[in-house]
Amino acid sequence: MGTSFGRGGATTFQQDLANSDCIVIQGSNMAECHPVGFQWVMEAKARGAKLIHVDPRFTRTSALADVHVPLRAGTDIAFLGGIVHYVLQQEQFFRDYLLAYTNAPMIVSEKFADTEDLDGVFSGLDPESRSYDVETWQYEGAEVQAASGKRDQHWQRRTHAGRGEAHGSGGAEIGTEPKRDETLQHPRCVFQILKRHYARYTPEAVEQICGVPQEKFLQVCELLSENSGRERTSAFAYAVGWTQHTVGVQYIRTAAILQTLLGNIGRPGGGILALRGHASIQGSTDIPTLYNLLPGYIPMRHAHSWEDLATFVQGEAAEKGYWGNMESYVVSLLKAWWGPHATPENEFCFDYLPRLTGSHSTYETVMEQLKGTCEGYFLLGENPAVGSANAKMQRLGMANLDWLVVRDFSLIESATWWKDGPEIETGELSTDDIKTEVFFLPAAAHTEKDGSFTNTQRLLQWHHQAVEPEGDARSDLWFIYHLGRRIREKLTAAAADGTQKDADRERDRPVRELTWDYPVKGELAEPDAEAVLAEINGWNADAEPLSSYEQLKADGSTACGCWIYCGVYADGINQAARRKPGTEQNWVAPEWAWAWPLNRRILYNRASADPDGKPWSERKAYIWWDAEQEKWTGHDIPDFKATKPPDFQPEEGAKGPDALRGTDAFVMQADGKAWLYVPAGLTDGPLPTHYEPQESPFPNLLYRQQRNPVRQMMKHENNRFQPSDGQTGSEVFPFVVTTYRLTEHHTAGGMSRWQPYLSELQPEMFCEVSPELATERGLEHLEWATIVTARTAIEARVLVTDRMPSLRVQGRTVHQVGLPYHWGPNGLSTGDAANELASLSLDPNTHIQEVKALTCDIRPGRRPRGPQRIELVREYQQRAGITDETGTEV
Amino acid sequence: MTTAREATDPAAESGYTDHPPRMGFFTDTTVCIGCKACEVACKEWNAVPADGLDLTGMSYDNTVGLGANTWRHVAFIEQRKPLAAQDPGLHHDTDVLAMAEHGSATQPPEAGMTPTTPGSGDDFRWLMASDVCKHCTHAACLDVCPTGSLFRTEFGTVVVQEDICNGCGYCIPACPYGVIDQRPDDGRAWKCTLCYDRLGEGMEPACAKACPTDSIQFGPLDELRERAQQRVRQLHEAGVGEARLYGDDPDDGVGGDGAFFLLLDEPEVYGFPPDPVVTTRDLPSMWRHVGAAAATLLAGAAAAFLGAGKGR
Ligand code: SF4
Ligand code: SF4
Repeated sequence: MGTSFGRGGATTFQQDLANSDCIVIQGSNMAECHPVGFQWVMEAKARGAKLIHVDPRFTRTSALADVHVPLRAGTDIAFLGGIVHYVLQQEQFFRDYLLAYTNAPMIVSEKFADTEDLDGVFSGLDPESRSYDVETWQYEGAEVQAASGKRDQHWQRRTHAGRGEAHGSGGAEIGTEPKRDETLQHPRCVFQILKRHYARYTPEAVEQICGVPQEKFLQVCELLSENSGRERTSAFAYAVGWTQHTVGVQYIRTAAILQTLLGNIGRPGGGILALRGHASIQGSTDIPTLYNLLPGYIPMRHAHSWEDLATFVQGEAAEKGYWGNMESYVVSLLKAWWGPHATPENEFCFDYLPRLTGSHSTYETVMEQLKGTCEGYFLLGENPAVGSANAKMQRLGMANLDWLVVRDFSLIESATWWKDGPEIETGELSTDDIKTEVFFLPAAAHTEKDGSFTNTQRLLQWHHQAVEPEGDARSDLWFIYHLGRRIREKLTAAAADGTQKDADRERDRPVRELTWDYPVKGELAEPDAEAVLAEINGWNADAEPLSSYEQLKADGSTACGCWIYCGVYADGINQAARRKPGTEQNWVAPEWAWAWPLNRRILYNRASADPDGKPWSERKAYIWWDAEQEKWTGHDIPDFKATKPPDFQPEEGAKGPDALRGTDAFVMQADGKAWLYVPAGLTDGPLPTHYEPQESPFPNLLYRQQRNPVRQMMKHENNRFQPSDGQTGSEVFPFVVTTYRLTEHHTAGGMSRWQPYLSELQPEMFCEVSPELATERGLEHLEWATIVTARTAIEARVLVTDRMPSLRVQGRTVHQVGLPYHWGPNGLSTGDAANELASLSLDPNTHIQEVKALTCDIRPGRRPRGPQRIELVREYQQRAGITDETGTEV
Repeated sequence: MTTAREATDPAAESGYTDHPPRMGFFTDTTVCIGCKACEVACKEWNAVPADGLDLTGMSYDNTVGLGANTWRHVAFIEQRKPLAAQDPGLHHDTDVLAMAEHGSATQPPEAGMTPTTPGSGDDFRWLMASDVCKHCTHAACLDVCPTGSLFRTEFGTVVVQEDICNGCGYCIPACPYGVIDQRPDDGRAWKCTLCYDRLGEGMEPACAKACPTDSIQFGPLDELRERAQQRVRQLHEAGVGEARLYGDDPDDGVGGDGAFFLLLDEPEVYGFPPDPVVTTRDLPSMWRHVGAAAATLLAGAAAAFLGAGKGR
């Protein structure tokens, strides 16, 4: 989403789904996982919209859909690419929209070679390092910076090769205007490249790859096309059914291309809804728990040895659009963190920021634990011993730590693996030998603390404490604040008593000088959450709250903890706590809570009007140019400079937001356009390409390249991969597995498996298989089955059901096994953890694991106990001829 | 003999003079997403105990049916029938009476697989429906209750009072829907109260409040019936010929239900008796009068109590 449109968040809000004429839910089981938001899908249906659910399983979402399309897990790019092909071939795209708001007319560099030319890979692939040199993917004669994603990839050249040393003072201009062809006929324009790229994604190919009959596929194509254009709009909703793949980002990109071609972005009833997995997942990337981002999607600095603030900004900012003001965002962040210590002389403490030396994602961290580099671990509201892929690796990693802190409501598996985990049973670990010191600290629930959730639609909603936490339970805010306070007290004392070495004192300076002075209240000394919100919002030199990120300065006169959240505390009022009923305001309900950026509910909504500023149609009017008042107006807040007229042309040499034209609706993008083709920001290709999952029973029908060539794999003896695609041994794991959630439970179970009312509704782990597979393997309804992969074997009760259809793919029947992943051995409702089965093979952009499509064997009966469990897996590995090289081909 | 007007106004029949309109539920199963929020909200609000961890194999229904510890129950029915399309025939190759006897779906021992109603072709659909006490116009449970524990409220609903019930169990076989049930520990009878305590405060019942899709609608019964008829018309126009109401008819065997349903198939498929009859139809009328008098007294006391509460 970020690379296509400019911001890594849902482009619309759930209430707006009610305005859709057609809704496609794919990679998501919205009714089960977002039941409350699903009411607006039902509202749309009541108003006559068509609802399409594309999913390997027939779920509670399918039950309410007009059309359910079962497809083979892991083939969504082929399916969506097929629709792109249909839209291009049948000329169903929205031409005026395309010319005005997308990069369809841009000319791409001569050096670029497509997967059609290179049989499944793009130009620039280095098989040795399993990475792409992305330089050839740029526009001709121009270079643009990505709004998100891998912004670092052109760093070297942007900061050094082209400037400074090479060209003396001034240097070569990097950001010239990309060349365009308004007729869309130039062979190297994005539109033509797109056409060629998807030329072979025909209905026949979709049928062969996905197992979707052509008739059904064409029904979806027609419904979507009929319900898009000037008068009508269609929406997409997805969730982790798309992200948890080795090509996860590209799944989402395919939908972005489709919605852009159909002219559905920035318009009511359109858009792409990224449905987040739980309450504040959007918030946890906005103010990130990710290693590679600073608040507001500012990249974390790398350990480029000579990097200073100016070079950092030069390397990461964009010439045009709102990323052009990046220096103001960075300096204001540094002022929020280091206050008076941050001065122009010391580059506002830029040097205090930590630096990256590579990928430090959760799975890499586990590898470092196994190596012994990572010695301590905090788990706050996370249960990796159940929820993470190849959970055994997680436990073995934790068993190699010095200390582990688990903060949760209950004694989750991640807190007790050292005494009763699966490896204790198999004998791989013994409690006496584990040296990890484990601390369990009870956590307060959301009802026991103040704070905010940033939900799926970028909406910050405040919740107020209802009761005091019981016993020793404390909020995360309390824990982090007081932990920091005590560490700082110790460091300050050490620095003052004169015994500390100079080097150590310098090392500790960033921690000692942090602004860490939130007021506390009550008997528990709970920090004031609103004070934190006020800091996130930011203030000016007179300590007055800011109301917009347009006010941020690079001279150190403003402080702001997260620039995209600037305005949430405007006028000193907690805007996220607003609760004006929907009946007392317009349907967009701008006075219910607060959405980033600047309370805009549909992003890029300038595109809801035509280039002249008039609504595309009365039916779909949303934001328009009011010539009399000389400003943009409408139902929402314009996601555009309110007074910039539609015919505005920037002055020669203008920079940042001033360089945006009156038609550049995608204001974060370096060219102001929605990107059908991504010239920068992704590691695995500018266009989504169908690759088979890491483990698949089928060959890639479209290219010789079987899998994503730059997918990330963790090689380890406990993380063996299985043979694919008819290679010898692949018949040992003939079935496709997919994992998922149920309404009745919450992710890895920490919030539900201890609750009697929820546990009784889904009391134990089960697997779902079709009647055909049950017959083939002798599986009995409600009896036990054992599911085996090269990693481990788990057991589950069997549900035989038509909801898990077997499909015809490439002339044969493929069975799929469905596994909910909520369970572990602890709590009231128990069972084996499904994610034990998955391998660590990751998307190269996000480092997210592929747990939505892998292969397995299934057999009747319970799994063996003790060491025999390992024996069984070893026997399977031998039978399949698995070595440490299997499945690791480029 | 009661007149037709009184038959549709059970509160008046029970002796209430100036009473609020009859309140009830309209459960539109065509928009139910099977989230079970109604089951959980009911248990939370009414402090109904959890009742066991059994994987039943009846699709996603691990609650099985209404009982002393389950006052809302969501049934899941897997069928080989097209999604929301027109269903021309009325006869199905299932033994509907046997199914009705068993509750919401085929019992697991008899099911070789998840109980899927057989049919032809690849079509498939999954029906979900949230069941509840019907709050009958002629409520047999209330008729037979000798202690006055079961009474008719001013809202026309039927409520059992735990502090008066002596556990005699007469009401259990009397209910034509198999709703009211005894707790094994003390033998007292329990069922949905239509959140009598919330109604008194002007709040809607917990299940209706929690339902995200408005499958459960709460309101004055007259309005609900009208809305339901409109919804059926709308569905018929959209080609869903099988849409029908259940329990809305004041002329049926129980005088119409205070909680009625919109279904997409025969009632038996959902575990409802096709033609419920108040089991006390032929009892001497004396019983009924006793029940009504007891209810009047109690309701008067309750009203006084509520009035006092509001005055504070
Ligand atoms: S007879 Fe059964 S359904 Fe009718 S009110 Fe009594 S318990 Fe409810
Ligand atoms: S009736 Fe409402 S709350 Fe109950 S399961 Fe259906 S949708 Fe959920």
